[in-house]
Amino acid sequence: MAEKLMKYADAVKQFDPVFGLETHVELSTNTKLFCPAHIEFGGEPNSQLTPVSLGLPGSLPVINETAVDYAIKLGLALHCEIAEWSQFARKNYFYPDMPRDYQISQYDKPTNGNGYLDVELEDGTVFRVQIERAHIEDDAGKNTHVGGADGRIEGADHSLVDYNRAGVPLIEIVTKPIEGAGERAPEIAGAYMRAIRDIVRALNISHARMEQGNMRADVNVSLRPMGSKEFGTRSETKNVNSFRGIEKTMQYEIRRQAAILADGGEILQETRHWDEATQTTAGGRVKSDADDYRYFPDPDLVMLHITKDRIDRISKEMPEMPRERRNRLQQEWQFSDLEMRDVINADALDTIEATVSAGASASGAKKWWLGELSREANAKGVSLEELDITPEDVAEVEKLIADGKLNDKLAKQTVAGVLAGEGHPADVVKAHGYQVVSDDGALVAAVDEAFAANPDVVEKLKSGNMKPMGAIIGAVMRATKGQADAKAVTKIVMEKLH
Amino acid sequence: MPTFTREEIEHLGDLARIALTDEEITRLQGELNVIAESINKVQEVAGDDVAPTANPVPLEAYLRPDVAETPLTQEEATAGAPVSESGMFVAPRILGEE
Repeated sequence: MAEKLMKYADAVKQFDPVFGLETHVELSTNTKLFCPAHIEFGGEPNSQLTPVSLGLPGSLPVINETAVDYAIKLGLALHCEIAEWSQFARKNYFYPDMPRDYQISQYDKPTNGNGYLDVELEDGTVFRVQIERAHIEDDAGKNTHVGGADGRIEGADHSLVDYNRAGVPLIEIVTKPIEGAGERAPEIAGAYMRAIRDIVRALNISHARMEQGNMRADVNVSLRPMGSKEFGTRSETKNVNSFRGIEKTMQYEIRRQAAILADGGEILQETRHWDEATQTTAGGRVKSDADDYRYFPDPDLVMLHITKDRIDRISKEMPEMPRERRNRLQQEWQFSDLEMRDVINADALDTIEATVSAGASASGAKKWWLGELSREANAKGVSLEELDITPEDVAEVEKLIADGKLNDKLAKQTVAGVLAGEGHPADVVKAHGYQVVSDDGALVAAVDEAFAANPDVVEKLKSGNMKPMGAIIGAVMRATKGQADAKAVTKIVMEKLH
Repeated sequence: MPTFTREEIEHLGDLARIALTDEEITRLQGELNVIAESINKVQEVAGDDVAPTANPVPLEAYLRPDVAETPLTQEEATAGAPVSESGMFVAPRILGEE
């Protein structure tokens, strides 16, 4: 049933959106949070389990040190206060993907609290998002609904459960209510998620691939009348797993809630689901109060003590943060804001940086990675890193051009050869005999032939009409199998005309 | 002083998936209110001079190195399942909840 929606522009004119994001980041530790079961994406079902992951009687959880270190890293990156003493608590609920019937999470004593993240928007505006907490918890298993239409809960007659993911460490980053975003709320939500993704990648604590579920967000949205201080009733849209999905969810919820409120209706406090196919959110269940989870300290775990020494050691290992790195590279490369934005949007920062380190100029590296190679990656549906060409290869091609050994056309053919798996640029050049002909003798002969074959063109050129110049250069290129240096050809032609 | 109402006990029963009879609710109400009373007493005794504690055990958690150990085989893992299918646990139909 289609729900009534208000036009977005009208909705944000009448109402002030307040939103919050709960982002789950799956950590890329070797083993689970509370047991030494190895973690691997896509393994055989129920093959990565210990008695602890299954919650068998008598099994006891033991905290993974690396997961704690990763949580501290993220806490430091988000400018959080790191608690000297934090505690794990049981969050009780029944669902078959939770073998223990409770999730081990943190409640009133999370490891990280009170931080912030400065988020840079497309136009350069910086918006500060306050972080309430970033706590450690374990993930649930996976249900597959069987018997219903296309694997949905509705109509299924039973579920198959794979507990491999149960116990994988997560960090849940919870923002404080974000106010004052106005019509830019969806944009800020998307930019915030991208910033978290970039930080998590820079810290190397998660694979951070949204499509594999390494990162997902619950999106809370409420509206209040303009000028009001009090928050409205919120909806919570669960497990949104794409940046576009987060922005679309925000827009949809703002439009949906505005239509209800404008009609004098009330917002139901409920969890909803984003449906990528219909681009809408659908109502789920009425939200439990935190009381209903009956949180209490997990008696199987004593308190987590994080010493100052540990924090100091991790502080020293912290890499440069993505925003600072972007600003530094933009200066070093002397790119305009627009050029830099293109680089970011193409996700080419890492490959360009590596290509520059391998000796190429920044503009040369950008030309390849944003041009030919982006097109190739898009066509194949892979990332730039996944292409069969390395930054070193690209730098080598650039050097061959700079040394006058390849012209643009041959360089493109060389890159195509590398992409086709023919080896490094030097191998491709050698195998095909690519070589720029700048030897005057051979070029003069080719120009003479081209003149002889195109007398009408020569007439025009002599009369000062330079438009058909391309015909001569093209003929020379064909005669030299594309290996002529176009600049040298033009020079010879000009000399012959005068 | 917080005490348990019949409705709250019924709600707790629902959350724990336990069907309670009227007699059981009456009995549990009595028992839980005795416990609540004891907790209230502790709270009265704990004045400003007593530092709050989050855990009565004076130990800190041991942190385990992130090294994998041999997991259960799929057969071992699903051995306790009432029904399994394709190496997975079979769970009854889930009624629009999560």
